[in-house]
Amino acid sequence: MSGLDSLLNVIFTTDFAFSVLRVTTPILFAALGALISNRAGIINIGMEGIMLVSALAGVIISAYTQSAWIGLLGAVMAGTMIAGLLAFFTLKFKTHIILGGIAINMFASGGTVFLLYLLSGDKGSSTSLQSKVLPSIEIPLLKDIPVLGPIFSGHHILTYLSIIAVFVVYYLLKRTPLGLRIRSVGENPHAAQSVGVSVIKIQYTALLLSGFFAGLGGAYMSMGYLSLFTRDMVAGRGWIAIAAESMGRSTTVGTALTSLLFGAADALANAFQVLKIPAELIATLPYVATVVGLIIYAISETRKKNRKLKSPLAK
Amino acid sequence: MFKSKYFEVIRTAAVILIALAIAFVIIALVSEDPVKTISIFLLEPLNSKGHIGNVIEMAIPLMFTGLAVSLLFRANMFNLGAEGVFYFSGVVASAIAIHWSLGGFLHPIVAILIGSIVGAILSAIPGILKAKWNANELVTSLMFNNILFGVGLYLLNYQLRDAKAFANVSFKFEKTALLDKIIPGTRIHTGLIIVLILIVLAHYFLYKTKWGYELRMTGANRKFAQYSGMKTAKVIILVHLIAGFIAGMGGSVEVLGMYSRFQWTALPGYGLDGALVAMLAKNNPLSVIASALFLAYIRIGADLMARLSDVPAEMISIIQAVIILLISAEQFLKFWKNRMLLKEARES
Repeated sequence: MSGLDSLLNVIFTTDFAFSVLRVTTPILFAALGALISNRAGIINIGMEGIMLVSALAGVIISAYTQSAWIGLLGAVMAGTMIAGLLAFFTLKFKTHIILGGIAINMFASGGTVFLLYLLSGDKGSSTSLQSKVLPSIEIPLLKDIPVLGPIFSGHHILTYLSIIAVFVVYYLLKRTPLGLRIRSVGENPHAAQSVGVSVIKIQYTALLLSGFFAGLGGAYMSMGYLSLFTRDMVAGRGWIAIAAESMGRSTTVGTALTSLLFGAADALANAFQVLKIPAELIATLPYVATVVGLIIYAISETRKKNRKLKSPLAK
Repeated sequence: MFKSKYFEVIRTAAVILIALAIAFVIIALVSEDPVKTISIFLLEPLNSKGHIGNVIEMAIPLMFTGLAVSLLFRANMFNLGAEGVFYFSGVVASAIAIHWSLGGFLHPIVAILIGSIVGAILSAIPGILKAKWNANELVTSLMFNNILFGVGLYLLNYQLRDAKAFANVSFKFEKTALLDKIIPGTRIHTGLIIVLILIVLAHYFLYKTKWGYELRMTGANRKFAQYSGMKTAKVIILVHLIAGFIAGMGGSVEVLGMYSRFQWTALPGYGLDGALVAMLAKNNPLSVIASALFLAYIRIGADLMARLSDVPAEMISIIQAVIILLISAEQFLKFWKNRMLLKEARES
């Protein structure tokens, strides 16, 4: 059997579709978080670091309380707190938001190893901590349907939550007063201020929410995707999420779809291993896909802008 | 009495003091013998010629990447691609050091130059994407880091790897390719001279040439620079080329100066550290020297602390994060500057 055939055999299986959803989950959570803060006009590039801190917090807290759910709560709270720290510095002390994000990432990649070492004596992974994992769920009825069942049933509970979160974020941004304020602050902070919206307060809220979602993504990494914490385990997913958000044109639906696209690229990278392409090159695939996606998006945006400038209606 | 014009210096000093104070608190919480640990962290890097040598050896790559990032930040480009370029150029220079044989002093020069040129070209890609289509240079450069790392690791494992060696390392470099050590008793190599020359050149370029002026104007306000007739797209691509060249040179110099085989199986981190060096230096080429030395000093201090006491070296990344957060915080101590200004106004 040729390599291509075996590749196709891998891709056209329910297992592959299942794995797409599995690897999309952390990207989707973080991308939704990035979406909320971007819509409020404040770009949180600390997503990567926040996810990492949350992943570790989930492991530590679930190991000490022996409850996966308290671990999840701890992970989400840790994520929100780190985002709160970033918000405090950028909104109160006027630290540059991008430099602040870099600081958060730097803090997370070393700080998690520091804490891990203090608690477990190991700098690589949390094998010695008896951490808990959140459950996967079989969905009654759906699980018996051929094709759809094996694809959509039996996922991790946070995978389902990430799909629900898409609807929640959509509703939040489109239909709630908070969503309206977030959007108005993002589009024109001066106008929002002039009608009595507190820009700072809304941006605080948006950053905290972005940390909340990144926290869910981080919890998934160490309490679902894997069952332990390993050094730098987020491995660029926070950045891919930011790219997904910007390629999804800062809309909820677009963001969700591009997250799925990057998830598919990620899963495809695993499937490519049957072609005997070196693993080092395969590992670059999601990043190549992200760059290509960003370029396509940037070119189409530039064209659109140029067309607007040239059209006689624009004065 | 302090004058407001010294405000930035005072503020930087205050940030460093706060960061060190936090380091002491962390050590006090973690260590069995905090006083001893703190004294190792602070004093051990100066304790022997070898340790002082270590500080300077580590400052060399930090100066390269700090200088590269300073120029990018100066042009208001948040590009963190120095990391991947540094790594990949190191691979390229290693390949030349292994496979080519050139007479005497030519070998390292050719290896370093080709490494630098490859770095410049790779770094230009996010620059062109930014200049032409306004693609976010931060995200593309970070993605490039991962891509360059993957390709570099592939080259190491499939093209350069010495199967006889027990670890994941390349063949030995040709002896002719290695940089000379310039101070006996340390591993300080000619890369120090190269980077110091480069820093002076960058200072001259930035403050004394038309291109440098256009770079600073583009960084201050791209639209204004554009309206005043500067070709900002060209400036952006140029600064990416220069920064890539410098970062690439840094990677090449580092492998040929400090190692006899290529052995990075993870990104070495100097590119991101370069961002911190640049921030501490306020994106000023000459100040890069001092800030790289400072960062190298606390790094070596932390390494020695990890070796000689019970506190892991990763503590340093917490300190670095604090420094970045405070150093770029416009409002930090601003009230104090305002008070000084008021007082000076009243006195005059």
